[in-house]
Amino acid sequence: MELDLVELSRLQFAMTAMYHFLFVPLTLGLSIVVAIMESVYVMTNRPIWRQMTKFWGTLFGINFVLGVATGITMEFQFGMNWSYYSHYVGDIFGAPLAIEGLMAFFMEATFVGLFFFGWDKLSEVQHVTVTWLVAIGSNFSALWILIANGWMQHPVGAEFNPVSMRMEMTSFFDVVFNETAQAKFVHTVSAGYVTAAVFVLGVSAWYMLNDRHVALARRSIAVACSFGLASALSVVVLGDESGYAATHSQKMKLAAIEGMWHTEPAPASFTAVGFPDMKARETHYALHIPWMMGLIGTRSLTQEIPGIAELVENAEARIKSGLIAYDALEQIRAARGEMTPELKEQFEAHSADLGFAFLLKRYVDDPREATEHQIALASNDTVPTVWPLFWAFRLMVGLGFAFIALMAYFFYRANWKGMTFPRPALRLAVWIIPAPWIAAELGWFVAEFGRQPWTVDGVLPTAMSVSHLSIADLLITLVGFVAFYSVLFVIEMGLMVKYIRKGPYLDVPETEQWTARHEHRLRTHDGKVPGVHTPAE
Amino acid sequence: MILHELLSFEILRVIWWLLLGVLLIGFALTDGFDLGVGALLPFVARTDLERRQAINTVGPVWEGNQVWFILGGGAIFAAWPPLYAVSFSGFYLAMFTVLAALILRPVGFKYRSKRPSARWRNGWDWALFVGGAVPALIFGVAVGNILVGVPFHLSPELLSIYDGPFYAKFFGLLNPFSLLAGLVSLLMLLQHGAAWLALKADGMVETRARQMGPLFGSLAAAGYAAAGLWLAFGIEGFAFAEAPVTDGPSNPLLSEIVRTESWLLAYAARPWIAIAPLLGFGGILMAARTLNGHSDVAPLLWSKLGIFGVISSVGLTMFPFILPSSVDANSSLTVWDSSSSHLTLFVMLVSSVIFVPLILAYTSWVYWVLWGKVTQEEIADNSESVY
Repeated sequence: MELDLVELSRLQFAMTAMYHFLFVPLTLGLSIVVAIMESVYVMTNRPIWRQMTKFWGTLFGINFVLGVATGITMEFQFGMNWSYYSHYVGDIFGAPLAIEGLMAFFMEATFVGLFFFGWDKLSEVQHVTVTWLVAIGSNFSALWILIANGWMQHPVGAEFNPVSMRMEMTSFFDVVFNETAQAKFVHTVSAGYVTAAVFVLGVSAWYMLNDRHVALARRSIAVACSFGLASALSVVVLGDESGYAATHSQKMKLAAIEGMWHTEPAPASFTAVGFPDMKARETHYALHIPWMMGLIGTRSLTQEIPGIAELVENAEARIKSGLIAYDALEQIRAARGEMTPELKEQFEAHSADLGFAFLLKRYVDDPREATEHQIALASNDTVPTVWPLFWAFRLMVGLGFAFIALMAYFFYRANWKGMTFPRPALRLAVWIIPAPWIAAELGWFVAEFGRQPWTVDGVLPTAMSVSHLSIADLLITLVGFVAFYSVLFVIEMGLMVKYIRKGPYLDVPETEQWTARHEHRLRTHDGKVPGVHTPAE
Repeated sequence: MILHELLSFEILRVIWWLLLGVLLIGFALTDGFDLGVGALLPFVARTDLERRQAINTVGPVWEGNQVWFILGGGAIFAAWPPLYAVSFSGFYLAMFTVLAALILRPVGFKYRSKRPSARWRNGWDWALFVGGAVPALIFGVAVGNILVGVPFHLSPELLSIYDGPFYAKFFGLLNPFSLLAGLVSLLMLLQHGAAWLALKADGMVETRARQMGPLFGSLAAAGYAAAGLWLAFGIEGFAFAEAPVTDGPSNPLLSEIVRTESWLLAYAARPWIAIAPLLGFGGILMAARTLNGHSDVAPLLWSKLGIFGVISSVGLTMFPFILPSSVDANSSLTVWDSSSSHLTLFVMLVSSVIFVPLILAYTSWVYWVLWGKVTQEEIADNSESVY
């Protein structure tokens, strides 16, 4: 494969961002789980809840620190690797990142120290407040990051300034209350909650299977499955909301995810499975569910959803319109920013399509000299590669429904079967631990790969966004990141496993009251009462 | 929105230039001692318990302190996008080195004492040394390069192009003046770390910190003086060819920049700025002096004052320049042509006015809760929960 600066930069960003997001979802969810547990402790004053808080808090800490460490890379690599992007949209994109620091990350990072070091220095109420502030801080972090990302998906509240050669903010309100951003925020944090719920459930199930720390495990499962069920429902519902938002903001992404090559009469059918073929522009062996797509995408039976072929035609028209804007822009720049009223009018009428003219830069230095053939090629470039999106999306959605089923089952056993869990279910809960991470990474893949060929949808092509770096620069840092991050990952996993095996520092046995209340249900067929006594460490 | 026109574009740019200074100084004053403690760690603390004592003096606070750095990055992105785009891509390999070192640090703090093996712990101690010393050095080197001028130019589309081979993005930065600046930065933060340990540690760790600190402080002051002389006689400054437009759209290429004899001409034009280098010298030397005595708090406060003076002196000397170009003076970034738009600067100012006082308030509360020395007995008693 030929090494290409844009491809290497994308690879590095994808790698560092997806690595960062191995730690973020657990931080988002586990901070809340820990805060819930500590709140129960403060309200009931039962020592086991304090022990649970400390135990899950330790695992939270091991995970949290790598989220922080890899987040440092995220904050700076837009400037390092995407310097033209940073110049071009920094006026809008930078603001939510900075506010994230001011409002959220500062709070989270300042109080997380007290969470670990403040047990003897704070009153119980003060400490639980600190814990909640950490949880709220990390969730607000996600809000501002998703506002920034939402703007890349659906750029609102900004316009191009021909003198400063960049996008500039026209409405902060529109940027913050961007519907794409809001749907993505709730979807993403819910995914984090599901991740934490599955993690807590799985680790607790492992303790139950080994008959260790049963009192802790049982209560943790109770918290995890209630929290997890609500979150798993929310993640699917809000994922649907994201899809609905994409119907009017990112039509091409939606069409690619669905493998919808041509506009169908409304309501469109949903392709459940099939093999999308980019060249033939059709999906082989497709299994269609009638009406479904129209209902999901438009929530109506009459509205049409455009297919890929029609969107390519639309892109071609926008490229031609963009060329008029480009021509006006060149004249404005030649006059050092002085513009006649006619020129201003010409530019403003077409400036919304300027980004489409930039798509031609891949083929010709001056887009105005592009041939019809090159314009056709550039229009075709607006279609992201369909099959990875098609499959990644279906796998993610499948996992989402699996989490609902899993959580619902444990919720049922916890509430109506006296907290007795069959061993096969416990084993499944252990094995499914990696699944939410896979779903979360697939989700980001769909969101970001589906936006290609743009970094900012319809505004700035990815190929133009990169820094002026050499292949050697990229190879050094790419190899460096892969090696460094791999070592850190091995170390982190090693410590995580060590501390899970070790279990809580001090074991608190099940209370007699609880045992008496549940005894009739806990008695197994051989008459023993399992898990009441905990083996000595 | 009309509200943002309450403050003129020109005034907002100056405010954001000041706030950039506040963030960088905030980072140096707080995370600076974390970096210093990391760099001092293998020398100031010898036994495992001593090292844990030193690490735990910063244990609960380094995470919050580091946000000054993250926020600095975010604020540069939001308020000075061209600076963010040009500097981090131009210093590409140096930035990568800083990032790697800064990533080692959180992991080192958190994971070091999670396994009992001496090899494991010793390895992380040196990781913490690298995580402290390397950023402290490179930040100074970067400031040195900014004073000398960075070899970049802007294309007509405002794409930043760094001139020179790829390895220049690391080795090209290591010119003699910038290395001196790097050394001053490292020495200054080493003394800052020592001053922190004098306040927060006891026993041998405190004693060694009090011995080593003044040495670093005196050398830092000498290096700072040498850099001042070098600037006076060996390095050209930059200036606008004619009075700049201060409230126009941000496009650095629209103004003409010329080289001047020296940056220090600024002191003739604005004599009052001499107070910054005086505070720098005074603070650093007083910190060295008080470290020799028995005062707990004084060395840290003097050191903070010194660092404040040194960083302010760079900003005030260069104003209105923020990133001059050594190969194409017209590409230089200044306060008047490298900011965000009027509206964005206003929105960011409102956010800062709301949140910075809150941040200062809860950060102070956290320091107040943690007030007092970290002793070795305390570490031994809470061996499981502390770092």
